[in-house]
Amino acid sequence: MKRARIESDGAIHDAVLAEGRLQLADGSSVAEQEVRWLPPLQPTRRPRTIVAVAENYIDRSEHLAFTPPGEPQIYLKGENTLIGHRGCTWRPDEVTYMHHECGLAVVIGRTARRVTRADAYDHVAGYSVVNDYTVRDYLENYYRPNLRAKSRDACTPIGPWLVDAADVRNPMSLRQTTYINGAIVERSNTGDMIFDIAYLIAYLSGFMTLAPGDVILTGNAGGGVGVHAGDEVVTEIDGIGRLANTIVGDDRRAR
Amino acid sequence: MAIAWVRTRTSVQPLRVDIDAAGRPLRIDGDASTVGRVDWDVPTRGTIIGTLLNYRGGLAALGDAVHQAPYFAPPQAPVLYFKPANTWIAHGAPIRLPAGLDAVNVGAALGIVIGIPATRVAASRALEHVAGYTIVNDVHASHADLRQCAVRERCRDGFCSVGPWVIERAAIANPDALGVRTYVNDRGRGAETTANLVRSIATLIADVSEFMTLAAGDVLLAGVPEPAPQARPGDRVRIEIDGIGALENTVVGEARP
Repeated sequence: MKRARIESDGAIHDAVLAEGRLQLADGSSVAEQEVRWLPPLQPTRRPRTIVAVAENYIDRSEHLAFTPPGEPQIYLKGENTLIGHRGCTWRPDEVTYMHHECGLAVVIGRTARRVTRADAYDHVAGYSVVNDYTVRDYLENYYRPNLRAKSRDACTPIGPWLVDAADVRNPMSLRQTTYINGAIVERSNTGDMIFDIAYLIAYLSGFMTLAPGDVILTGNAGGGVGVHAGDEVVTEIDGIGRLANTIVGDDRRAR
Repeated sequence: MAIAWVRTRTSVQPLRVDIDAAGRPLRIDGDASTVGRVDWDVPTRGTIIGTLLNYRGGLAALGDAVHQAPYFAPPQAPVLYFKPANTWIAHGAPIRLPAGLDAVNVGAALGIVIGIPATRVAASRALEHVAGYTIVNDVHASHADLRQCAVRERCRDGFCSVGPWVIERAAIANPDALGVRTYVNDRGRGAETTANLVRSIATLIADVSEFMTLAAGDVLLAGVPEPAPQARPGDRVRIEIDGIGALENTVVGEARP
């Protein structure tokens, strides 16, 4: 099942994809173009923990010289960063380099505490597509990547769907393609992750309990291309979804 | 007398506490008889955001290192980190030492509780967004290298004690002149004042809200005095902040699987 949270006619609904339309709980349906998309995540009782993994992809361009890190490089992001499909992300006019970082998001479905790699997938609710934008101008060398570069309001589009884990046969072999204004800027495969999903869940749950609704951003394949006001950035992951986002400048920032 | 708000494990809504001038509870929900046997819960519900290097002493201790590798320049924006929900524990709850650690550092922090959402607020108006203040023990494992965000060191289960209550903003005339004292087994192990903050409370709120909305209920920590005192299994840790009260927890041995 592909699940969404949407706003339609002034109300927020849970919806599922049925015959190309969004089916609401009351059985009625609306067209995808007629709604506003929210992050496809159910509200949580406590703030959702969002864990991201840096440099988690084999660098194909320097394959021979590449030395993988010994353990995952992780950082946390705030819920203020999340916005839905077809949202707008603000790029301050003053910056010189802001880039996309597209990848697979894993949503936790069952509390995970000291989980083994073998059992890790039992704790996954589903998957989504995420774009973890970075403003490089604001990157500093204390507690990298610092929040001003990475935890900005509305800088992390996620969606359109949460795809049930049961419907994804092998999340470690999914093609990912990113387009800016229709031109392909990145092609990768989740199979190129250094620390795979089961490893990440086992690793993280070994020292911090993950709760239902928590999200793991599994990293991106690098090659982030600069984005500018007016750009439409689209990321597609096979079987998971096609996430679109528009970059806006100071004149159109959302908040 | 000041008004504060607590949560207990059985209350649906926060309960009002009347606090005396010494920061001791007089009545909870109008009842003096229950004060000694409260089943404390974490009094806040929002995201908890910590601030590193916001006391002048901690920044000065880095000295010339801020100009050298791996930092290359002093920090410009506030250096922030999250204390996610898995770290939260209440006043009186045990701080469980994870396997592999023989001590933890005590991070005595003033918690600024947001009342009205703050997005790009001016420092001159920032305090209007504050609902009140609480005490936070930002427990962490030692780490000398500040280049990478220290999730393993700061985000273990039970590494953030909050409480006992949130005192109303009106009770704190000047949040930039509060004594912050740490005691381990009743022995003084550190005294700071928020007068020594690099960014004052208002400036910190303004600078964080420039890129990150602080929502109602969120808690921004003003900073942690460095060097942080250490605590070991069996140690009783108490953090006192002027006008707010005292937060107490005991460190216990390795967390059980």
